[in-house]
Amino acid sequence: MAEVLRPEMLDISSNDNTSSLASSTELLHVLAVDDSMVDRKFIERLLRVSSCKVTVVDSATRALQYLGLDGENSSVGFEDLKINLIMTDYSMPGMTGYELLKKIKESSAFREIPVVIMSSENILPRIDRCLEEGAEDFLLKPVKLADVKRLRDSLMKAEERAFKNMMHKRDLEANDLYSQLKRAKI
Amino acid sequence: MDLVQMQKSLQDYTKSLFLEGILDSQFLQLQQLQDESNPDFVSQVVTLFFQDSDRILNDLSLSLDQQVVDFKKVDPHVHQLKGSSSSIGAQRVKNACVVFRNFCEQQNVEACHRCLQQVKQEYYLVKNRLETLFKLEQQIVASGGMVPAVELGF
Repeated sequence: MAEVLRPEMLDISSNDNTSSLASSTELLHVLAVDDSMVDRKFIERLLRVSSCKVTVVDSATRALQYLGLDGENSSVGFEDLKINLIMTDYSMPGMTGYELLKKIKESSAFREIPVVIMSSENILPRIDRCLEEGAEDFLLKPVKLADVKRLRDSLMKAEERAFKNMMHKRDLEANDLYSQLKRAKI
Repeated sequence: MDLVQMQKSLQDYTKSLFLEGILDSQFLQLQQLQDESNPDFVSQVVTLFFQDSDRILNDLSLSLDQQVVDFKKVDPHVHQLKGSSSSIGAQRVKNACVVFRNFCEQQNVEACHRCLQQVKQEYYLVKNRLETLFKLEQQIVASGGMVPAVELGF
């Protein structure tokens, strides 16, 4: 007679990376984009002090290159690139932060990554446009340490929720499988 | 001068910069980001600001000296300077840039020339004051002391 498998004994662990924030030692990896040398130095320090891993680039074009979205490279090799947040200046020569936001939201690989726009100008239509295009938040420069901490906390909470939902889903799947097996009288 | 006196001088000097409106609270943010692991953070950022600003002011002088001033070139420079001065807390430079931008919008060449002079004045002032501040800090460190944490009780 075969053993009845109880849900707790099933191990449906998969190899996806969604449990990456389960351990508190995992750092948020932030990609920061700003054409100003001063602001790059500043935001990098703000993020490091807030326990984030930081990659800083000086233009939207370079950001796209880093993400592999510049059309020059295929996405091969970029699956392991784990970015948790993109923070970009709005006014940049060449491609603006708004245009970068649109490109990221158009990409299937990166559209889920929260994008925060930073600007020294408090222009409501600009803010609306960015939020409509899917920006996570709009920060007025100079960015404060409190802003970064708030962002980080809300991202950690969102990832925690996603992780909990995933675990709950696995529980449901395990229970479902158990019921099926029971019905099949294995 | 002994160490305690030097530290007091530094505190008084720093306070005066805030009271005169040369620096604003953003400079405090910079100082809060400095610690034992990054003891030169403030001077590094400020040095970048000086390098950036020297370049921008030079470009602005050239642009405004043209026969026909291209405000599409002038305005982004002023915007950049406004941004970086704001990021380090150089309040008077930032405010001068705001005025400058208004005149750029109006395409008023003469007023812009005056604004540039004003911005340069404020910039050289804050540069001079910050260089003095860093010298005072260096003297304290060289004497084996620690730079006191910023205390603004006013």
